[in-house]
Amino acid sequence: MVDPVLRIHGLCKSFGNLIATDDLHLDIAQGEIHAIIGPNGAGKTTLIAQLSGALRPDKGQVSFAGRDITHLSAPDRSALGLARSFQITSIFPDFTALDNVALAVQAHAGHSFRFWRPAHEDPALRQPAQQILERIGLGARADEPAANLSHGEQRQLEIAMALATGPSLLLLDEPMAGMGRDESVQMVALLQSLKGRLTIVLIEHDMDAVFALADRITVLVYGRAIATGRPEEIRANKAVRAAYLGTEAADA
Amino acid sequence: MNNRQIWLTLITLALFAVVPPLAAIFDQPFYVDMLARVLILALAAVSLDFILGYGGMVSFGHAAYMGIGAYTVGIFSFYGIDNGFIQFPLAMAASALVGLIFGAMSLRTSGVYFIMITLAFAQMLYFLGISLEEFGGDDGMTAARSEFAGLVDLNDSSQFYYLVLACLALVLFILHRLVRSRFGMVIRASRTNEKRMQAMGFHTYRYKLAGFTIAASICGLSGALFANLNEFVSPDIMHWTRSGEIMIMVIMGGMGTLIGPVLGAAGFLLLEEYLPQWMEIFMTNAGEHWAIIMGPILIAIVLFGRGGIHALFARKWFPRRSGARNGGGKGHG
Repeated sequence: MVDPVLRIHGLCKSFGNLIATDDLHLDIAQGEIHAIIGPNGAGKTTLIAQLSGALRPDKGQVSFAGRDITHLSAPDRSALGLARSFQITSIFPDFTALDNVALAVQAHAGHSFRFWRPAHEDPALRQPAQQILERIGLGARADEPAANLSHGEQRQLEIAMALATGPSLLLLDEPMAGMGRDESVQMVALLQSLKGRLTIVLIEHDMDAVFALADRITVLVYGRAIATGRPEEIRANKAVRAAYLGTEAADA
Repeated sequence: MNNRQIWLTLITLALFAVVPPLAAIFDQPFYVDMLARVLILALAAVSLDFILGYGGMVSFGHAAYMGIGAYTVGIFSFYGIDNGFIQFPLAMAASALVGLIFGAMSLRTSGVYFIMITLAFAQMLYFLGISLEEFGGDDGMTAARSEFAGLVDLNDSSQFYYLVLACLALVLFILHRLVRSRFGMVIRASRTNEKRMQAMGFHTYRYKLAGFTIAASICGLSGALFANLNEFVSPDIMHWTRSGEIMIMVIMGGMGTLIGPVLGAAGFLLLEEYLPQWMEIFMTNAGEHWAIIMGPILIAIVLFGRGGIHALFARKWFPRRSGARNGGGKGHG
């Protein structure tokens, strides 16, 4: 394997007696979709929070593109090309879909100490934002307040905002959460289209999606990685089957 | 945001603009000073609304910056410097500086802690004012009206009134631009979801601090005008109850609407003025207990009139368009 783009080394995080991340070691390769699965409470979202800079680990190291980022803030990590989406839809409901994405574009278009020109009329923000909305299939909904979008559309917008920051690594926290069948299929197609161009760490409960997308899968149980491997290896892994995968998913 | 707001703003300002001639016609000069007071506190309320309604920063110590502005004018006057061209810019600069320092520390916290620390800083200044024996301690000191040679004569209550109105109109215009700029988008979005903003790459702290400083500076202007209106400065201007009143004006008028706090200031101060008189009509000596009626009115507005007076007008005149884009919404520090 070439040098990993993201290296997690001995990461630990606990909240009181609850161990959320337990001496985690993980390498994410350039361009892969690496799924992280595990039962509820396995510490998946806590891991994403530590990778994105929202949460400080107790111990251990995270390096990105060869650089130690353990002590960098979330905005500084974003500047290096790391983006995350949220499990709980974190869009700005009062803003239109286009405003939401334009804001993400703005985050990486220099400083925002610009006090006079209306951001709404700034083609440097609007045009790239519109392009991303088109690409993600929300082009026609650009001027709709985000609160009025369907749940599936809001989840797409969530991804669009992460993409608009021009990341090289995308941390996706359950992008399919609460989606219907059709919406999930659409989302899988979208993520498929990103494959190769971006490195993606994907947390997801939808096993069909995980097995369709992932190059490799890591299984997290009580904050500990019990197995990492290609989808077929994970499917065959006894410990994984016992700990997590129901027979239904294993047979799928 | 939309035409509805702009029209409401223009109509409100136009109504305020005709007060001095009307007061002259009906020979009631008292109203000019009373409404100048409304406009000055409206200025403070608008500045608070910028960080509270748009930025979600629940500053419970906003009167501190009025105090800094007022004391700047007072202290210059004390040393015989009445030149407004010196006093006013320095009043705003001093308020901005204090806002920058207090903000830098307060904005490290959030929620209830933010409310408490801003309150604590303001009370600190209040007691500092009391301890300044040189400047009258808790008795305060008189301050001559500022001189703007060749521009306006503040001893003329009409001219003073129009200066205040012009300041308010200018601030409303500047903030109208500001909340729509890139900077404004960051401030507004940080209220809704600061974590998301940071994940997208915004150093939200810097922007919030800049917003906090701008608001403090505008509030300092309001304080400088207030010192002129009263020709008097005392620590009372910084008392925490005034911070509370300014916040009530914002909530009464409608958070996050700019013109809302102006209506809120008018509503609050006019009720404070006339409620006691109205109550006297029904019962002798009832007037001193005006807060018994004022309290429930405020509670009713908060409970039933979400969006405040502004929303009331908006619903009445433009029923179909009132809504989603700019409601006050939930604030968090």
